Amino acid sequence: MTHPEFNSGNEVWLIKNIIKTGMSEQHIKLPEGSIEKTTTTLNLGPTHPATHGVMQNILELDGERIVSTEQTIGYIHRAFEKIAERRPLYQITPLTDRLNYCSSPINNMGWHLTCEKLLGVKTPKRVDYLRVIIMELARISDHLICNSIVGVDSGAYTGFLYVMQYRELIYEIYEEICGSRLTTNIGRIGGFERNFNDIAFQKIQKFLDEYPDVQREFENLFTRNRIFMERTIGAGPISAERALNYGFTGPNLRAAGVDYDVRVHSPYSSYEDFEFIVPVGSTGDCYDRFLVRNEEMWQSMSLIKQAMQKLEQFKGTEAEVYHADVPEYYLPEKKDVYTKMEALIWHFKIIMGEIDMPKGEVYNSVEGANGELGFYFISDGGRTPYRLHFRRPCFIYYQAFEELTKGAMLSDAVIVMSSLNLIAGEMDA
Amino acid sequence: MLNNDYIKQKLTEKFGEQVSSFDESYGMLSFEAQKEINLKVLTFLYDDAELKFRFMTDLCGVHFPDNKGKELGVVYHLHNLEENVRIRFKVFADVSKPDIYTATGLFSTANWQERETYDFYGINFIGHPNLKRILNVDEMDYFPLRKEFPLEDQSRVDKDDEMFGRGGTIGFGTEKTDHGTIIESDKHNVGEEIV
Repeated sequence: MTHPEFNSGNEVWLIKNIIKTGMSEQHIKLPEGSIEKTTTTLNLGPTHPATHGVMQNILELDGERIVSTEQTIGYIHRAFEKIAERRPLYQITPLTDRLNYCSSPINNMGWHLTCEKLLGVKTPKRVDYLRVIIMELARISDHLICNSIVGVDSGAYTGFLYVMQYRELIYEIYEEICGSRLTTNIGRIGGFERNFNDIAFQKIQKFLDEYPDVQREFENLFTRNRIFMERTIGAGPISAERALNYGFTGPNLRAAGVDYDVRVHSPYSSYEDFEFIVPVGSTGDCYDRFLVRNEEMWQSMSLIKQAMQKLEQFKGTEAEVYHADVPEYYLPEKKDVYTKMEALIWHFKIIMGEIDMPKGEVYNSVEGANGELGFYFISDGGRTPYRLHFRRPCFIYYQAFEELTKGAMLSDAVIVMSSLNLIAGEMDA
Repeated sequence: MLNNDYIKQKLTEKFGEQVSSFDESYGMLSFEAQKEINLKVLTFLYDDAELKFRFMTDLCGVHFPDNKGKELGVVYHLHNLEENVRIRFKVFADVSKPDIYTATGLFSTANWQERETYDFYGINFIGHPNLKRILNVDEMDYFPLRKEFPLEDQSRVDKDDEMFGRGGTIGFGTEKTDHGTIIESDKHNVGEEIV
């Protein structure tokens, strides 16, 4: 090897000559076109600490800059829409738990509200207020995870660990009300399976008393933190027009400056009785999404407080109401099942799924923690849905990922993913 | 103020016989159009200065095997955010040739939702930039949400494996015969293991 150009360090020349002379066949076999290719392909996921769920991003990188991305989803697809076509209504509630499992009570309530709309069930005011409490608790627990994960992905683990004990408190409240923590299966068509007990109310009060300080401290840690701001401001921005075109809803749309909130636009569960503010951002970047979620947690706390006050107006027997009087759809109390004929009949009919539904089509949506969670329900008058479609906000957000991250750095892709709050369970249904 | 009657009137003025089956169940206006004009209807709803249905909430498929010639449907849920009015719009296609124009040119959100509809119902969206399966595996050669694929009958007996709760111990009333009861002679064995 005494060629003059070799000594001058011209490696490209060397590689080209190796290929020309066929030397590479004896030594290293490189894939076709791999020398000329100037970009790197990187698989982020399906199981990667940064995805926080099972989803794959195939990133095409130029150095550390993202040229293009392609997403693969469906790793935990469980065919809920198909399964639901053979189940009576109350057996579909556990399926909805597993959509956005960070805030399953909202999914459950959304499902019950859809059924109630189809069946024409009117719920008492007290039930509505109890539902507001549980939905807003779920929203806090979801936003709290999302925002602290944004912190984790930008290198600040402390906030995540700190707020985790308050998510634990929220889970304890769920546990008092329905007996389970993550996949709650909470409530029934027409109300709740049992009244909230005293311990539940005490714990809600404890949460309301203690959490504001924690939230304030959490915000102190991040909101004006120089490192955090530089990581999130301008990362993954989207304009209001594009966000609407992409079908964004919820905090991600509001961060882009559109004040669309299902709780205000089409109030359900007596949200019209409450006073609250819909926070909006302006740039739609990760920082705005973070701020909007923080403010929504404050609003949720205020909503829970208002609901607690409203509950005090119910006295005597009214304060014992926790479900609508609909024997066709609401399971009778167990002691009645053992002693009363009608209760036994209804119990049997409901459990065996022998209740015929009215024929009709209904679309109903609730403001899920991630955005508009819709249920499109076609009933042909049978005992199970003819067709049930879930409008899952995550699924709709994730297709914008390419547009959000084009030209950004690899580390931005990670933070955009967590600030969109992508939950694999909801995405894949 | 935009209301259902007015939307209906505007649509019939514009499209005449081509839009039909107006319905207002549960307060939401719902109508059908011929599948050839689905983009014209969507564009009209989008562009019209009064209608302004510029937010696509949802797009999904549905299968009615008994509707001959109109087996497969695509259902669009549109929302006018300013006036806060929602409508539902459907088009139907023949199952042997389920071609429907894509709405991706108008709504970016339709991209994945149409892929999902293709994945489950096999509706071929003409002009879609990347029409391939999204939730199921690429190798799948059928469309699972169509009605010809019924879910497993819960009382079936041909699967008899202990690992998944069928078979094993008897006495819980589902294992033994076709109609799901225990054979008379086995009744004294309730709770014992099947050999």
